[in-house]
Order: sequence, then C-alpha cells, then structure tokens
Amino acid sequence: MSTETKKYELGMHPAMPPPANSVGPVRWMRDNLFSSVSNTFLTLLGLYLVYMILPPFIEWAFIDSVVFGAESRKECLAIMGEDRGACWSFVYRRWGQFVYGFYPMEERWRVNVAFILTAITVAVVLIERLRANKNILIGAVMLPVACYFLIVGGSFGLVDVPTNKMGGILLTLIVGLTGIFVSLPISIMLALSRISKLPIFSIIATIFIEFIRGVPLITLLFIASTLLSYFLPPGSNFDLLLRVLIMVTIFSAAYIAEVIRGGLAAIPTGQYEAADALGLSYWQSMRLIILPQALKISIPGIVGSFIGLFKDTTLVVIIGLLDPLGIGMAAISTTAWAGLSTELYVFIGLFFFIFCFSMSRYSMHLEKKLHTGHNN
Amino acid sequence: MKKLLPIAVSLAALTAMNVSASTLEDVQARGVLKCGVSTGLAGFAAPNDSGQWEGLDVDLCRAVAAAVLGDSEKVEYVPLTSKVRFEVLKSGEIDVLSRVTTWTFTRDASLGLNFAGVNYYDGQGFMVPAALGVTSAKGLDGASICIQTGTTTELNAAEYFKLNGMTYEPVPVETSAEGRQNYIAGRCDVYTTDASALAAQRSVFEDPTAHIVLPEIISKEPLGPVVRHGDDQWLDIVKWSHNAMLNAEELNINSKNLDERAANAKDPAAQGLLGSNEAKLGAMLGLDKQWAYNIIKQVGNYSESFERNVGKSTALKLERGLNALWTNGGIQYAPPLK
Repeated sequence: MSTETKKYELGMHPAMPPPANSVGPVRWMRDNLFSSVSNTFLTLLGLYLVYMILPPFIEWAFIDSVVFGAESRKECLAIMGEDRGACWSFVYRRWGQFVYGFYPMEERWRVNVAFILTAITVAVVLIERLRANKNILIGAVMLPVACYFLIVGGSFGLVDVPTNKMGGILLTLIVGLTGIFVSLPISIMLALSRISKLPIFSIIATIFIEFIRGVPLITLLFIASTLLSYFLPPGSNFDLLLRVLIMVTIFSAAYIAEVIRGGLAAIPTGQYEAADALGLSYWQSMRLIILPQALKISIPGIVGSFIGLFKDTTLVVIIGLLDPLGIGMAAISTTAWAGLSTELYVFIGLFFFIFCFSMSRYSMHLEKKLHTGHNN
Repeated sequence: MKKLLPIAVSLAALTAMNVSASTLEDVQARGVLKCGVSTGLAGFAAPNDSGQWEGLDVDLCRAVAAAVLGDSEKVEYVPLTSKVRFEVLKSGEIDVLSRVTTWTFTRDASLGLNFAGVNYYDGQGFMVPAALGVTSAKGLDGASICIQTGTTTELNAAEYFKLNGMTYEPVPVETSAEGRQNYIAGRCDVYTTDASALAAQRSVFEDPTAHIVLPEIISKEPLGPVVRHGDDQWLDIVKWSHNAMLNAEELNINSKNLDERAANAKDPAAQGLLGSNEAKLGAMLGLDKQWAYNIIKQVGNYSESFERNVGKSTALKLERGLNALWTNGGIQYAPPLK
C-alpha cells in the first residue's frame, strides 16, 4: 500500500467512510444496547438471563434428548442414563395420533391431501400476485367443499369416517379454520346490522352479540355437548363436532362483529355522506367506500380475535374431543409414558406458537401493505 | 339464563325418559356401542401408541359390545371428564358410562342413573413425600392437598378432616396428570385420590421410594359402570356382562379353554354360561345364546382382564386384594348364572 497521499483541491476530497464505531453492528449496539448506564445494565442482565436459560434448554431439548428407539419412558431414561434430557419418543411414537387423532390408518392419505390442498390455497390467497387470477380464486372457494368430502367421506367411493375419529392437529385446524373463515362474513353482517338505522336489525344483532359475549366459550361448548341433545327429538343424531363448530363460529362472530363495529365507527361521517352524495346505494357504498376502510383499520383486532379463537380450540378437550393437548394428556396418562409432562407442554406450545406467530406476522404485513400513508 | 335453567332442567327430566325406549335396540340398530371412558387413566382407560383404547374400564365396554353385537371391537369410546360424565350419559349421547365412577347413594338415588355393578373396589388414600416425615393421615393438619374436582374424593377428604378436627387447604385439579404435576412441583403437600390411582402415579415418579402412601384408607370407592334409569333390560345386560366375566373366573373358564369347556357335556355350569346346552340364558336378556361366549372369547374372564390391565405384570402392580373372588378372600361375588 502506498503511503503517498493524493493532493485534492480545497473541498474536493471525496467523502471518507464514517468512523468504524458509527456504522454497522457497533453503531447499532451503541444506539440500542449501551446508550445509557441503565440500558447497559439491562442489556447485561438480559444476556445473563439468556445465558442461564438457553444452554440448559438446548441441552435438555436437543443434546440429551431421545427421539427414536424408546417405547416407554423407562426405556427413554435407560438410554439417557445420567444426563436427563427430553424424552420426545412419545411424540414420535404417537405422531399419527397427534396429527390425525384416531382417523383410520389406511384413510389418512385423504387428510394429507386435504392438508396439502389447504396449504396451497392459503398460499395462493395470501400471495397477491397469484390472487389476481380469477380461476385460482374460484378454486380457493371450492376448497372447503373438497376438504369436506375428503375428510368426512361417504361419497365418491371414499369410506365414511365418523367425526369422533378426528382429533389432534386435524381437529384443531378444522375447528380453528372453520371458525375463522365462516365467522368473518357473519361478523360483518352482524356489525352492519348493529349500526343499522332499522331497529329490528340493530336490536336482534345487539341481543345476539351481547348474549354470546356475555357467556364464556366453555359454557357454549357445554351447551353444545350436553344440553342441546335434550331439545332435539329422541334418536336424532346431531354430530358433536358440527355442534362445536357452530358454537365456536357464533362465539367468534360476536367478538369480531364488535371489532368491525369499532372500525366502522372510526370512519368519518364525511365518508358516508360522500358515498351518499355520489348516489351509491347502501350496499354499493358499504362495498366500495366504507367496508374497505373499516376492515383495514380493524385488521389487528380481527387477527387478534382469530389468534384467540385458534388457541381456544383447546377447550374442546373438556367436552371429550381430543385436540393435540387432549391426545397428549391421554398419552402421558398411559403406563408407558406416564411421568412426561414438560415435553408435552413444550411440544404443544411450539405447535400453537408457529400458527399464532404466522398469523400475527401476516397481519403486520397486511397493515403495511394497506397503509395509504395517511390516517384517514 | 337463570329463568331458562329450570325450564331446561324440567324439559331434560321429561325427555330423559324417552331418549330411547330400548337402548338395546338402539345399539343394535346403530351397530356400535357408545361407551363413556376416562380421558386417560393408566390401567383403566387410555389409548395405546396405535390408538387402541385399553384398560379395565375399556374391557367392560368391550364385554358389553361382545354380548350385544358379538364383536368387542364395535365400541365408540367417548372420552369424558369427571364434570360432564353424568350429563352426557343422561342426555343419551352414550349408552353406558364406564369411567371409574364411585357408586354412592346420592348418585344412585338422585341423578336418574343406575349402577350396574362394581368392576373395581377401591378406597381413597393419601400420598406424601417421605421427606415430610408424616406417617399417618392424622398428622396432615394444615396441609395443602391436590384434589380432583367434581369427584367423591373431594367430599371424603372434607369429611375426614372435619371428623378429625383438622384443617386443610384444597388445591383443585382437573385431571390426574395435572394432580401429579402439581404434587411433584410442590404446589401441594399431599395428593389424594383412589389408592389404585396413587399406586399408578407413584410408579412413574423419578424416585418412587421418596413418596409414601399413608396406611389410612378413608373411604369405600366401589367403581362401576353406570346406565340411565328407565331401561331395566339394558341395566341387566350391562350388569350380567360384568357378572359373566366373574362367573367365568369362578368356573375357571378363560379365553384359552372355553371351547374345550363348552364342548364338555359333563360340565353343565360352563355349558350354561357359554350357551352350548339347552338353557337359553341369552334370550332372557334379549341377546343370542353366544353372548357370554363372545365376552370370554374376545375379552377374557375378570382375572385375565385384571392382570392384563392393572395386575402384577403391569407398571401399576396392583394386588387383587378386595377384588379377588369371594372364594379367594376378596369381595368380588357374582350371583349365579342359573
């Protein structure tokens, strides 16, 4: 490297790179982690906590753990010896139950097909570039129908599988996704009815919303599982899962209706008046002017309700439907696996975290994308 | 809601009677028996790794299915928590409840239900960490106790402590797994439930010797299957499905030797039970004559079921104790099949 320095005209020197401590990770750390004495202290404390928790957890969950080769907790312990790690074997051995519940082994491919179709459809609906294609959207609308025939069967040469065989992740997805997608249109209708100027609509919607919101979900599920069959004619067979789906849907619809009503209330009156002034009918003004804005504001609240609903699906275990948590609880109460509990809760926690975190990220993405640069 | 409830209850009482005129016909028409079981209790009812339900209570369901439908596999298991079990049975969602349910006066007399026998005689005990230094339940004054809600154990504990002038702090739990976790985590000093369940819980602890089951058994817990009021034929079927297993054990008939015994004309008792002579016992229950044969062939006698699910070869290692036949010093006594 030459030590010779070039001569520049006054003011013509090209910009020098900034000093090393004011760019890149160092700058970021200075600004965010060590900007003051108290922040430095908190950073160090945080690092210490991570150091205390993370290595033992990794050791427990990955290094010392046993996944294959053990058929009971005893064998797990025997393989591990002195180093006590997680015994994931029960998840491995009962993976089928965790995913499908008691769905017949030879029919499980149908559920897999339904899972794949759902995954493709969700991806298509969520990715804007593909959504533009009308054919694809029609396919997406057909999805629930296809899934119904695949999973329940009874036609097209598929064996009928009773709903009580469904459990685990399959059950959570059925209850969660049905609740989410069916409750949204219902809740929009409820919210519009509630603010409607026609008293009959607003009174009915208000009573419905307030009644459902005033009752815990678990009570509705109890009604679905026990009380409802008293009112039905003897011998009538009203599927338990269907009853649960209806209850979960109306519960979720009542909550989301209030979120959307909040969104509607936030739209300035000028928008309604402008829509009227343009000569738009009620439905046109709702569809073209009001709802797009109201729903946009309501996104965080709606997704929050969806996440809550998805997690509430674990309540079905109280009325005897075995969701992943119920399957796991049954697993750890057999003689082979009794004594494992941390593993179960970590596993179930991870499952719900993946789904709920994805929903939350997508909601943030939507908010960003729909942000018009001004708040109304 | 408050006004709705009495209406709902009276409606329930009205309809409960005509939920089904004949459970037997319903089950046969449906082709499957709906049986309420635990959501998971080692040795009594829990699904195994391949999703098959197993246990002493499950065997009772299988026995009834074998008697009624000729196939012990034709059972739909409905997992129930202790809270909803009676409601679900009364509403007609299930045909029989076989879920470690204690037979008590109140339940029998006021719930509109009938107990069809006792498939396990249990009693409530206490488990404490050995380090606590307690050797008798009388020394538990002021202890915090993990108790499953909605069960008879709750009432027994309250009564026992009141009787002995002691106080305790209940820590309510929903399931036995939750109870065990709370107990291990030290959220309660004492774990109380039926002695069989305590043995099951203790067997899976890291160090079973660090926990002791106190000698006091504070209650009678006859556990048995339950059916709805108003269908005596169905009550008889469930009752005698259980009794057939007991009688088979008493006659030394098991799933291995039954064909041989059924063919032996010098063995009228066995032939009567297995339906291979002129006595038409099955028809009196509305079943075919092979009813008991199917039970023993597919499920086994009581001893086989006991040893397979909770006996010495299992992790629970329960002794027959009270559940031995009356001829062996126990109190399992079935009326004669005559």
